[in-house]
Amino acid sequence: MKLHRSSGHLTLAIALLALPFIIDALFGHGWVRIADFALLYIMLALGLNIVVGYAGLLDLGYIAFFAVGAYTYALLGSPQFGLHWPMYVVLPLGALIACGFGVLLGAPTLKLRGDYLAIVTLGFGEIIRIFLNNLNAPVNITNGPQGISAIDPLQIGGFSFGSSYEWLGLRVDDVHLHYYLFLGFTLLVIFVSRRLEDSRIGRAWVAIREDEVAASAMGINTRNIKLLAFAMGATFGGISGGLFAGFQGFVSPESFSLMESIMVLCMVVLGGMGNVGGVVLGGVLLVALPELFRNAAGPVQQMLLGKVVVDPESLRMLMFGLALILVMLWRPAGIWPSTQRRREFDADDSVLHQEQETVYDASK
Amino acid sequence: MDIFFQQIINGLVQGSVYALVALGYTMVYGILGLINFAHGEVVMIGAMIALTALQALLAAAFAPVLAVLFSLMIAMAVCMALGYSIERIAYRPLRHAPRLAPLITAIGVSIVLQNLAMMIWGREYHSFTLPFTSTSHHLGGAVMNDVQIGIVIVALVIMAGLMWLVHHTRTGRAMRAVAENPAAATLMGVDINRVISVTFMLGSALAAIAGFMVSANYGIVHYYMGFMLGLKAFTAAVLGGIGNLRGAMLGGVLLGLIESLGAGYIGDLTGGFLGSHYQDVFAFFVLIAVLVFRPSGLLGEKLAERA
Repeated sequence: MKLHRSSGHLTLAIALLALPFIIDALFGHGWVRIADFALLYIMLALGLNIVVGYAGLLDLGYIAFFAVGAYTYALLGSPQFGLHWPMYVVLPLGALIACGFGVLLGAPTLKLRGDYLAIVTLGFGEIIRIFLNNLNAPVNITNGPQGISAIDPLQIGGFSFGSSYEWLGLRVDDVHLHYYLFLGFTLLVIFVSRRLEDSRIGRAWVAIREDEVAASAMGINTRNIKLLAFAMGATFGGISGGLFAGFQGFVSPESFSLMESIMVLCMVVLGGMGNVGGVVLGGVLLVALPELFRNAAGPVQQMLLGKVVVDPESLRMLMFGLALILVMLWRPAGIWPSTQRRREFDADDSVLHQEQETVYDASK
Repeated sequence: MDIFFQQIINGLVQGSVYALVALGYTMVYGILGLINFAHGEVVMIGAMIALTALQALLAAAFAPVLAVLFSLMIAMAVCMALGYSIERIAYRPLRHAPRLAPLITAIGVSIVLQNLAMMIWGREYHSFTLPFTSTSHHLGGAVMNDVQIGIVIVALVIMAGLMWLVHHTRTGRAMRAVAENPAAATLMGVDINRVISVTFMLGSALAAIAGFMVSANYGIVHYYMGFMLGLKAFTAAVLGGIGNLRGAMLGGVLLGLIESLGAGYIGDLTGGFLGSHYQDVFAFFVLIAVLVFRPSGLLGEKLAERA
């Protein structure tokens, strides 16, 4: 049994390591890049999962922490200020600043519940974006809507993830290198998430999500624990933001719109809130689906109708919107919900929903 | 002082529009506890339909006043049908699902509507001009035109009508009963599904009117106009205390005033450091401040702790 399990892990590890080359061979270079982005989004979604999935705090401005991480990296590692601090300083610093913003947002808003919290976090996200957009005058800090370009690539010592190398006759490009770097970080985030889930803190988060009053009666310091959820989620957001800036080489406020926050939230909810596997699945799907549609929307029309009738870009988004609706109607608890949630959901049809206070069950 | 009055007028006009949209959010929230994220897009669809209908009616040589009236009515009818369908397709099947599930379908609906509109009406800005001249009136140093006066008056009449409907009709009583306690309302013989459908249709009709107003005021229509408008209106609803009709009206007007005064004076207040493009920041800062000190909104009742 034990042998069986470890061999399963080994297969998975080999598959993950070989994946970028397989994708490259089958679909081309562009898709490896998409895989890199998928990993970044998975990290983001896992961070948000702590706030929304575990602690049950609806955050609609999560992308702001991603922005803070990205801009920290961009400002300290680009010609903007002539600073070129190394990655191993800037990334943790970005995470730390994002964490600070998480606490800053969390502290005054913690007594709000549910949808009030949602709208405040949304407002916070917009505030960050608007400041990034306008902090080019009178003192130019963020370069405004033009954004910051020529950001240093991710590099450690002389080894840069932004260039190509050739080892043993195998050509390894920047997209592949980034894949491995991001994969490492993603695995780390997954590991931390799972350990947190089973820890005292994780259980406290779930207790707060299920019933805050009861949790506090059980001796949980709800304020600190909620703050911790915010800080932890923000930290993950900050790290992936830094990686994003280094990978992309360019950041602008456009990348941090409300739509991005909503996208990350969709990954968490669609995949299955509170379940690490589900969230990873949600991230992969929501990055891959629009890309698939992008490639399919034009040619399919060409094939069926002989010409491109509808703008492929809007058709792609239309299909994406429909997919969101259909998947949610088909599996309201997410594609791959955590076992606990699935149990609750099944129970809902019998006893629970006769006791609820609103038409929508307020407890979830 | 002239600038002050001008900003007050602008704020009142914009605030009336926010208030009408905010009412749609707050009614749905009061009954279902659901943020209807697609509501802003309904406003946009209302504006687009009104524009198309207006152009068609004018081309068919209708009298200008009739054309305006009919196009508004067509937009309202289409939006009511749309609101009804959205609820049936995207929300009703999820009524007992986890709380965030309908939020995701709402986002899905919003994306679908936006892109449908982009396919039908294109990406460009359409100009929206009313078929009669709007004279400007000078009040002191400030200017207010007929369209703006019309917006404020219509908004007031509609809000009064809505209050009457909610507080003095059977349907209104049913709505309040369902908002209070759906299970008890069912026991009293209220058809919850009907009440919810009516609520969505009412909210969508208001959205159509708001869409018409905002387009007439700014003179342009665009497929993306609903998103920010919806966001602001939702903010207004929360500001006033979500689920509370008077709160939505107050919040809408207040948000309009805060925004226009903020945009007008932020430059002077900060010695030119922050310009009028920080308008949105201003609105959100006020919102956060209000919620931190009064978490249930200005007029919101203190909710019992709901687990």
